[in-house]
Amino acid sequence: MPDDITPTGSSAFARRGRRSPATSESHDGHPSARDAPVRPDRTVRSDHEPWNPGTPLELDWLRHVRVNRSAAERRAASLPGRRSVKRQWQAAWLLRAVTCIDLTTLAGDDTPGRVGRLCGKARNPVRADLLEAAGASGLPIRVASVCVYPSMVAAAVEALAGSGIPVAAVAAGFPAGLTPFAERLDEIRAAVAAGAAEIDIVITREHVLRGRWGDLYDEVGAFREAARGAHLKTIIATGELATLTNVARASLVCMMAGTDFIKTSTGKESVNATLPVGLTMVRQIRAWRERTGYRVGFKPAGGIGYAKQALQWMVLMREELGPRWMQAGLFRFGASSLLGDIERQIEHYVTGRYSATHRHPMA
Amino acid sequence: MDELPLSKPRAMPRLPEIFETLEYGPAPESADRAQAWLEERGRSFGLFIGGEWVEGARAETFDTVNPANGMALARIAQGGPEDVDRAVRAARAAQEPWSQLGGHARARFLYALARRIHRHARLFSVLETLDNGKPVRESRDIDIPLVVRHFYHHAGWAQLMDAEFPDQVPVGVAGQIIPWNFPLLMLAWKIAPALATGNTVVLKPAEFTPLTALLFAEICREAGLPPGVVNVVTGDGRTGAELVGHPGVDKIAFTGSTEVGRLIRSRTAGSGKRLSLELGGKSPFIVYEDADLDGVVEGVVDAIWFNQGQVCCAGSRILVQEGVAEALERKLKARMETLRMGDPLDKAVDMGAIIAPVQLEKIRRLVDQGRQDGAHIWQPSWSTPAEGFFYPPTLCTRVAPASAIAQVEIFGPVVVMMTFRTPEESVRLANDTRYGLAASIWSENINLALDIAPKVKAGTVWINCTNVFDAASGFGGYRESGFGREGGREGLHEYLRPRWQARGRDNAGGAGEVDATKSVSSGDGRPAMLPGDDGPPRARDAMPQVDRTIRMYIGGRQMRPDGGYTMLVPGASGEVAGEVGRGNRKDIRNAVEAARRGAGWADRTAHNRAQILYFIAENLAVRAPEFAARIRSLTGESRERASEEVDLSVRRLFTYAAHADKWDGLVHRTPYRNVTLAMPESLGVVGIVCPERNPLLSFISLIAPAVAAGNTVVALPSRRWPLSATDFCQVLDTSDLPGGVVNVVTGEHVELAPVLAAHDDVAAIWYFGAEAGVEEIERLSTGNMKQTWTEAGLPRRWRTRAQGEGDEFLRRATQVKNIWIPYGE
Repeated sequence: MPDDITPTGSSAFARRGRRSPATSESHDGHPSARDAPVRPDRTVRSDHEPWNPGTPLELDWLRHVRVNRSAAERRAASLPGRRSVKRQWQAAWLLRAVTCIDLTTLAGDDTPGRVGRLCGKARNPVRADLLEAAGASGLPIRVASVCVYPSMVAAAVEALAGSGIPVAAVAAGFPAGLTPFAERLDEIRAAVAAGAAEIDIVITREHVLRGRWGDLYDEVGAFREAARGAHLKTIIATGELATLTNVARASLVCMMAGTDFIKTSTGKESVNATLPVGLTMVRQIRAWRERTGYRVGFKPAGGIGYAKQALQWMVLMREELGPRWMQAGLFRFGASSLLGDIERQIEHYVTGRYSATHRHPMA
Repeated sequence: MDELPLSKPRAMPRLPEIFETLEYGPAPESADRAQAWLEERGRSFGLFIGGEWVEGARAETFDTVNPANGMALARIAQGGPEDVDRAVRAARAAQEPWSQLGGHARARFLYALARRIHRHARLFSVLETLDNGKPVRESRDIDIPLVVRHFYHHAGWAQLMDAEFPDQVPVGVAGQIIPWNFPLLMLAWKIAPALATGNTVVLKPAEFTPLTALLFAEICREAGLPPGVVNVVTGDGRTGAELVGHPGVDKIAFTGSTEVGRLIRSRTAGSGKRLSLELGGKSPFIVYEDADLDGVVEGVVDAIWFNQGQVCCAGSRILVQEGVAEALERKLKARMETLRMGDPLDKAVDMGAIIAPVQLEKIRRLVDQGRQDGAHIWQPSWSTPAEGFFYPPTLCTRVAPASAIAQVEIFGPVVVMMTFRTPEESVRLANDTRYGLAASIWSENINLALDIAPKVKAGTVWINCTNVFDAASGFGGYRESGFGREGGREGLHEYLRPRWQARGRDNAGGAGEVDATKSVSSGDGRPAMLPGDDGPPRARDAMPQVDRTIRMYIGGRQMRPDGGYTMLVPGASGEVAGEVGRGNRKDIRNAVEAARRGAGWADRTAHNRAQILYFIAENLAVRAPEFAARIRSLTGESRERASEEVDLSVRRLFTYAAHADKWDGLVHRTPYRNVTLAMPESLGVVGIVCPERNPLLSFISLIAPAVAAGNTVVALPSRRWPLSATDFCQVLDTSDLPGGVVNVVTGEHVELAPVLAAHDDVAAIWYFGAEAGVEEIERLSTGNMKQTWTEAGLPRRWRTRAQGEGDEFLRRATQVKNIWIPYGE
């Protein structure tokens, strides 16, 4: 386990990381992570959070990170039992969950037609008659974004035209992140050029597993630069990072490198978003906020298919970070089937009868 | 998602507002079934005796109240002396048949109880919450599952009893008195091991919380448990006192305050009743600078805000390393703001009500006193519910150990925080208390955590966790937190006794014991004259013997008595066999101080202690003829029997030298990803009052196990024949035994034993002296609630292996510490 955080093998990066952003420059052909103190406005953001400007790489901070797995698991296990939302509270929370969904299709057989259908669902995620019956017709209920592969961005942008719903693209060699580095940068640029307002990048797990924090810092910084103009979510692929301490350290390094969101999983790892890794990540977000004053968002992804799970994640956010982190600007679900279950629960709330999938328009 | 209701209440706030605020709404657990259960019984309960519901003989009743709203729930019978007597008789009548049923049949009953409680789990948890005020989340997710697990686990012990404890038999009738903080869980901790081992019980629930015990009684009946095996007599402290004082009870098991525990020890003194006490605590919660502070914060929540802090093992003293104190305080305060207090039946509530106004008042008083002592008192900004008995979570900082809130058990949601600089200082602060129930250690450094765990005086040590329990792990205190264990293999011994002790209080074991018939004391301190079978050795030569001054042995030195007086020791034929110092209270004081200074003995390796015991045996063997002659000259024993006693003494030393590195602990199979180490630890200073008979063998039989286990000893040798022991001190002196490990004070037991029994730095007293002294010894032990082992009047056959040595002695010489070590990176 790369428990040692000495900058062995990454001394150059570590040195560079300690420099102030204003004086950094490119190394090894990578664009510097520290060249963009000012970033353009984003087109869509439900709050007005300032950009996360990042900081120099602070290895000392990483060195003091402690995560006790058993304690984290106990907390995660007890949370769902400690909090419970019922009746209109549950319906309201679930509608809020809908607005935090990055409605996603990342399948090998995606086509423009399939993406278009998803975009249609994104515009009308819950039947209007149900919203009206629930007394929620005045609420802006639409998903946070539609998330696709880069080659589907154009189709999605077209399908969402006029809706105000941004398109998010996974990029940087998703899901393994092991394509040549230059190609990953090109992919990000291409996605942005095609109209993606949000980019979900994946990190090189090797950097974490080998403790090369400087390399990770530079990589994410380079991606951030390549995604200039877009909202950057960084997938740390927790299922492949082995330990919660690695999860915590990777989360911090990504925030130091200036990511806007940290995200658990690609959905392609054998272990997806779990509450203990989520707890570990949101605690780093809290530490980041306390230390720098900036708010970074959180996106659990993979395996979140049920309304009940969505509520558990929302409870986690509320308890550890507060209600501010329960809006799309700071919280997303990466999910494809979750919306369908939420629709059924909303119908149950409205009618008192258990619902069926075919009563709700498919995505 | 099944809980979505069919009807949609349209009460404020409405959905669009909640969509913005994301507030929590009410999430009430229905009390309908529990209320219906009470209604069906007319909200009035009798006593459960001999398998029947009966009225109290005096028709006195009291109400049990829901602390969350102050409303009466039901009328409860106040058990009086007649009722207690009736229950004890029922239990007595049922005990022999219950024991004779055999382990497997008892296992089936315990299994049935487990299954039935499991089936009624929701009713039990709601009823518990109504009666106690604890959040239903806790009764549902923690209390009741632990109860069920306790019965399952002990069904297993019943099944295995014959195989695992072939030489043990049940104690008999157990009187069990339980507190109100975990009503059903404490019932399970008491009843399950008692029943598994073949005892029958009379249980007195706490007056504040009798309801789940009454439901349990119904379940016993449903399960077909033989009448009289479990009897439930409700009532207040008077009922408990009747049970404690009832002569038909063989054992008292009590969980509650140290104050009441002390009273019980005092009242049962001299009665021969076995006793196990789970008392109060002021448990340290130690946070080192390398701990996961976010994990620590949740640990504090579990430590002191679990069950509103009304937990005997609550982590009520946070000791935090200075470097992270500020960060921890900040995080804690933020966390306290998000705790939710309110209707305990609400499933999203973290803290419910305090049990009763009297407790609320006590908490307020102690916090006020803390404020006056200069502590900073911090409570979250939200307000507590207006009705019911609620107290907010409270953090006290800038607290000095000398302040009352740092020492007194508050038994409420109030935690004090103190800082330390070094691990060594953390241990000193942790142990700066009369109590020793539990401790929690938070560090990511296993070297540090495993270094501190054995150094903290506590029966349970949780590493990076807190308030974790399981039936497979023993729970119980050090020091004034009581003695005895509940749970695990170690807990079963509280309800077992060696088969040869047919009844602990009888003299049945002594029949046919040759020594017993010989060692009759005249009672006034003068020995009876005993004939020798072939005559004791006499000094026939004209040449006078070299005069010898026999001294006491304190701190590894031969010491003269403080008072300057001596006593004559008569020989078997009436001549003077020697002269020993007549010790006084200062000699006891000096000896205990020396024993305390010898405490490093416990830190030696077991191998090293074994080597020294072997060396002692070797040196005794070399001088065997001399020791045999001494025994003959004192007791008038035959040459063969005197030699045999020396030989047995050498063997016994070998036995405990052998045990020294073999009296292992256990790794309990608790159902978590962790190691639960049950480590036998030494007690500290053990006071030993030796029997009269077998002056060498009984002395060695008692000090050797104590010393092998790492204790240091202050021994009063055979009152009548102390010379074998004083001779033996010379052997000790030449055997590399460090000074202070064994200290021998000669003199009158009636003067010295009470001083030893009352000494607050003596951890245990083993009294094998005159029967008349037992009551006083046990009564005097209450100052520091020392463990007592008294066996007056019971002529133990010291020469036999069954009675003179073995596990019983080593169990007495140790206390089990359970260390919970969760793992996983």
